[in-house]
Amino acid sequence: MDTILRRYRNLTILLVVLFAQLVLLAWQVKSAQDVPLVRVWAVTAVTPLARLLDSVRSAGARLLEDYVILTGVQRENRRLKEELGRLKLESQFLRSELATAERAQALHAFQQRTPSRTIAARVIGTGAGSNPGVVLVDRGASAGVQRGMAVITPDGIVGKLLAAYPNASQVLLVTDASFAAGVISAKHRVRGTLKGQSQANCRVLYIPGEAKVEAGEMFYTSGEDRIFPKGLPAGRVISVRDGNPFREVMVEPSGLQGGVEEVLIVLEGIHQEIPESGESIAGFHMLPSPGATLEAGAGSALPNQAPAATEADAVHQRYKALGEAQGHRFGEGAPGSRPPDFNLPLPAPSLSVDGAGQVAPPAGSQAPGAAPPASPAPTPAKPGVAKSAPPSASPD
Amino acid sequence: MSAGNDQYFSRYADPRRARRARIWVLLGVSVLAVLFQVYVPLYLRVLSFLQMPLLVTMYFSLMYRSPVRGIFIGAGIGLTQDSLSQLPLGMLGIVKTLVGYFAGSVGMRFDVDHPVMRFTLTLFFVLFHQLLFWMLQRSLLGATAAFEPVGTLFQALLNAIIGIPLFHLLDKLRSRA
Repeated sequence: MDTILRRYRNLTILLVVLFAQLVLLAWQVKSAQDVPLVRVWAVTAVTPLARLLDSVRSAGARLLEDYVILTGVQRENRRLKEELGRLKLESQFLRSELATAERAQALHAFQQRTPSRTIAARVIGTGAGSNPGVVLVDRGASAGVQRGMAVITPDGIVGKLLAAYPNASQVLLVTDASFAAGVISAKHRVRGTLKGQSQANCRVLYIPGEAKVEAGEMFYTSGEDRIFPKGLPAGRVISVRDGNPFREVMVEPSGLQGGVEEVLIVLEGIHQEIPESGESIAGFHMLPSPGATLEAGAGSALPNQAPAATEADAVHQRYKALGEAQGHRFGEGAPGSRPPDFNLPLPAPSLSVDGAGQVAPPAGSQAPGAAPPASPAPTPAKPGVAKSAPPSASPD
Repeated sequence: MSAGNDQYFSRYADPRRARRARIWVLLGVSVLAVLFQVYVPLYLRVLSFLQMPLLVTMYFSLMYRSPVRGIFIGAGIGLTQDSLSQLPLGMLGIVKTLVGYFAGSVGMRFDVDHPVMRFTLTLFFVLFHQLLFWMLQRSLLGATAAFEPVGTLFQALLNAIIGIPLFHLLDKLRSRA
């Protein structure tokens, strides 16, 4: 028996184990009873492990979920950043394009409305040297551009052509220290010379101490420099300081506001009226040149005189004529002696002076300004060439 | 069949080839397998086809190359599974006891380290387990559930596929005797 059991040990053990389980099973089935103790032990034994596993599972699931969400968020964040960068570039590009288009439109509108003949040009670079007051534009002699021509924008004057090359030109900006232009204030008609200062603002020189200039007032080109047509905005007064003999007037150049990219080169300038408000140059009216105006008022009454090119010339001629008519010799006479009466009307070609020293105009002659002549055609003001109109009436 | 005959018929019966699992590995993996079967399908129903306790029973029985060890491993895992289920104690115990015994016997005769052999044995033992369990349910408990050969075959195939990497993973936990 022992030998048999040893020989069939494996099978014996199997049968014993199976039999035991069958008995257990049969007892449970027959008695319809469970073995609660075994189940309690089993459940009690595995519950902590199951709880641990469940905790690990929950934590793992949370971690995975967070990781997935985080990965998604990171990916989304990266994508949004890329998109934001792209949109920023696009926006910047479109803004630049829009600004260019607006400038071009404004330039075109200004070009259509201004009486002067102009040609549009684009700034393609600055001066190669250390001088920041010079820029290059893409129009040159082949486009009819010449040295000395005015360069403007709808906002005001920009500078003048320093040199004209075949396909490009050099522009001296108003801020350059070597730049100068004749200007006149819009409100009080004070004349001066706009001078660059090698800085952002310019100075108006030769403003007499008693002249009235207010901060915020606009200065316009006077046309007397024969480069810039009269009536173009030059700048706005930002500060006025008293001085002796001249006031110190600082002006913010209006043509350089916001940088210069597109400009107009004045091929043939036409003088314009200076707006009274001094705020804008929206309305362009072709007015007689300063010379024509003077000729109508004074120049025509002065024989043997060259036509007055500027108002100063006209005033000088008028005073000279009045002094001569009253027998006054300029540069002579003691201090305190009676000066000529400059308020009298201009003498006719054959003036007669009465006993009281009053200059009597000839019969039928007209007092200047009493009935101004019809407004003549605008006078072209080509750079370097005096464009004063011929006298409208020759002295008899 | 004597031990001498076993040695004669099997060139794999050399005990030096047998690999021993550490006892804590045996217990830990067995408990984890039962817990897996009990809890994982709660959250992942798709894994309910996986017979993890059966695979672990097979693995340890095959690796120990001992029918007696297979008997006890099968009985232990089966009864633990019974105690955590609604079944009467002994149903899965009997089935897994038989699986452990036969797996231990097969392990003495074949190279059970080869993946193809493992796949074939897993396929066979899962079918055997399911069929035997169905028969016991019908004979001892009077259950009327029908046997689904196609579904059972499909389940056996999936378990066999999963079994290969699982056995490979468990190989890492063993130490050579």
